[in-house]
Amino acid sequence: MIVFVIRRLLQSIAVLLVMSLLVFVGVYAIGNPVDVLISPDADQLERARTIAAFGLDKPLWQQYFIFIGNALSGDMGRSFAFSTPALTLIFERMPATLELAIVAILIAVGLGIPLGLWAGLRPQGFAGKSIMAVSILGFSLPTFWVGLMLIMVFAVQLGWLPSSGRGTTRLLLGVPVSFLTIDGLRHLLMPAFNLALFNIALVIRLTRAGAQEALLQDYVKFARAKGLTNTRIIGVHVLKNILIPIVTVIALQFGSIIAFAIVTESVFAWPGMGKLIIDSIRVLDRPVIVAYLMLIVVLFIFINLAVDVVYSLLDPRVRLSEAKG
Amino acid sequence: MRMQSGSRYPVRASLRAFLAGAVVAVSTFASQGTLAQEFKLAMSSPPTSMDPHFYNLFPNLNVSDHIFETLVKMDEDSHVMPGLAQSWTMINNLTWEFKLRPGVKFHDGSDLTTEDIAWSMERPSTIVGSPGKFDVYTKAIINKKIIDATTIRFTTKEPYPLLLADLTSIYIVQKKATQGLSSDDFASGKGMVGTGPYKFVRFARDDRLELDRNDAYWGTKPSWSKVTLRFIPNGATRIAALLAGDVQAIENVPTPDLARIRTEPTVSMYSKVSHRMIYLYPDTNRDKSPFVTDRDGKPLEKNPMTDVRVRQALSMAINRDAIKERVMEGLSEPTDNLVSSKLLGYNSALKTVKFDPEGAKKLLAAAGYPNGFGLTLHTPNNRYVNDEKIAQTIAQMWARIGVATKVEGMPMSVYSARGSKREFSIGLLGWGAQTGEASSPLRALAACDNSAKGMGVVNWLKYCNPKMDEMLFKALNTVEDAPRLKLLQDAAAIVVNDGGVIPLHHQVTTWATKKGIVYAPRTDERTHAYAFRAQ
Repeated sequence: MIVFVIRRLLQSIAVLLVMSLLVFVGVYAIGNPVDVLISPDADQLERARTIAAFGLDKPLWQQYFIFIGNALSGDMGRSFAFSTPALTLIFERMPATLELAIVAILIAVGLGIPLGLWAGLRPQGFAGKSIMAVSILGFSLPTFWVGLMLIMVFAVQLGWLPSSGRGTTRLLLGVPVSFLTIDGLRHLLMPAFNLALFNIALVIRLTRAGAQEALLQDYVKFARAKGLTNTRIIGVHVLKNILIPIVTVIALQFGSIIAFAIVTESVFAWPGMGKLIIDSIRVLDRPVIVAYLMLIVVLFIFINLAVDVVYSLLDPRVRLSEAKG
Repeated sequence: MRMQSGSRYPVRASLRAFLAGAVVAVSTFASQGTLAQEFKLAMSSPPTSMDPHFYNLFPNLNVSDHIFETLVKMDEDSHVMPGLAQSWTMINNLTWEFKLRPGVKFHDGSDLTTEDIAWSMERPSTIVGSPGKFDVYTKAIINKKIIDATTIRFTTKEPYPLLLADLTSIYIVQKKATQGLSSDDFASGKGMVGTGPYKFVRFARDDRLELDRNDAYWGTKPSWSKVTLRFIPNGATRIAALLAGDVQAIENVPTPDLARIRTEPTVSMYSKVSHRMIYLYPDTNRDKSPFVTDRDGKPLEKNPMTDVRVRQALSMAINRDAIKERVMEGLSEPTDNLVSSKLLGYNSALKTVKFDPEGAKKLLAAAGYPNGFGLTLHTPNNRYVNDEKIAQTIAQMWARIGVATKVEGMPMSVYSARGSKREFSIGLLGWGAQTGEASSPLRALAACDNSAKGMGVVNWLKYCNPKMDEMLFKALNTVEDAPRLKLLQDAAAIVVNDGGVIPLHHQVTTWATKKGIVYAPRTDERTHAYAFRAQ
């Protein structure tokens, strides 16, 4: 297992290098950030000075090697627009996005698995059919439209929930989180649900398909013959067997929710990382873009690793050392 | 808590759904009686730093205005007025003497002195890592001399009429509080000691800025004891926050929602012509221009836009009123001036070019293009209100006079990179006259490209007219207002009549508030919480 983890981590370094190079070349090809950032009143001399101050006058390969050198010592560069270290900017916003993503995934799992099981156990029943019909909506409605509709109904029309923004935060182990206060939860509910919607539908479908298949298997018949209660058959034996695909998908979805919750974050004015990356791309703030994307790569590497480990816990037949990457 | 049952009533309000023309009608319970003490205001873009000297960027300036003040200020119409300096006199053509307003105190209770002024004038050039420094406004000053605690003298190298306008951008910070601080430190509240109407409480980047009233403020006392500026870039979300009562006012009402907001009974709308001019810049200078073709798309040997008649024809073929009505929802002021009517250098003799497609065709024929030609109009698509839509409308209007026009829109980051490399043949851009007078657009957009003098910074297609340059230089060295005004007006007339810059309109900035809150709108597009008042 340790060999497996180490091999994985070594591979990821190569991925990181390729990623940073791609982003560097990409941003360079688009244009010069100083053209976008500089104030209109600045003259040509000021412009040249600013370009030199950011090191953008050097050839690209030189800029890249300077970056790699700094990155190896843990310095991912300072944002052009904020003059704050890129990592600080990202980590500042990370708690907001993380708590949004975690709550969204919890909603997705908490609603998706029971509903999916229900639909899988009684596929012909009215409830089962309605669950599947509604889950199609979850797939097909665009997130930003649903977000605006949620705001319209629950904030503007009914006035139950605040329309946007993050609520009062409280420090938990030095990290500001908002789910510990009533106000924070009220702000969290709509964006988290909006983010969860697609995933609820996804989990429902996966669970239903898995459950239907599992019910036909011999072990279920055997368990029934043995006289186990229905609850135990479904809740332990069936559920454990269908969880593997669900865990994979949930984990990957969790990664993409964190990385690309952009739409929901901008509709709900949620001060998370998604808004940061969009703003940074708009002004070609290269240090932030590079740092962000590299961080996301690291995140996905770890998620995949965690998924593999969870596999081996769920299914004793899977052995990590044989999984060769 | 007091129940205000009398003022709570249901109203019917409908709101345009924001996607694909879907319309949803909802009813809203709006609470009419807002508590007059706390005020929440939604801004459309967040500042990048709290340091008032870090970055000369609109959202940063806007936020700094609440906490810090300048020696000289601009009123709603961008005319200079006394700020922390109560008065000023010119000792000679090069030396200005400023008298500080007596009894002004910083937020920590200490007195404002000329030491702080001198420090604030020096600090901008020392800022590290800024993408747009403020020292463009301080570099004209070559010498600062403190006469006493309330009197300070500035000397410029040449006669410099823009000194007052420049000083409106330099915020006065406290020397004691900001010495040795980096720009990054300010976000935590360190160094945020100003003299302005509000005191810094807390800044959550990209989310909100909380402020408390400065009860010792020397000027008009603001209505609100607590202010929260929320940063909500998404237009639909901003409107929803207003309708839901989460904020009492918003800036920049998105154009698709204007019609609804105007008829919404719980909301008042305010607007003002902005100092931002939207214009076209044709390639007047190159014989071969990359995007000039004949009508079949083959490159033309001779660029027609080097002929002034062609440029005039292009201008005459644009129906600016139609753009105002159809594209801008009535919120633009068609113009043929570089600055709006209240600003210095506005030339009332320059009437808006009359829409005249027949006359335009005749001019094209006289210039040797009776069958027109082909052109690509480049435009940013995320910078100005309806930028790409305006370009598309113009393309259709030009098609009517035989100029087959393609439109290519792109994000500003790509646009400015390509535009500054002279890759376009004609493009659309906007310019805000931040100094409040016509010299600002003249020197940036129309003056011959001259990096040593800082002229023609955004004159990407290198329009050049030495006669105009001569007038502009003279104006820039004339301190007296009357002769300078005349020079600026004449220079503007030359540029516009020559078609070097083709003005389209001035943008109109909008604000919306809950009923019962009044606002004094500004031409420089800024939004100040203290300019909102309870009725």
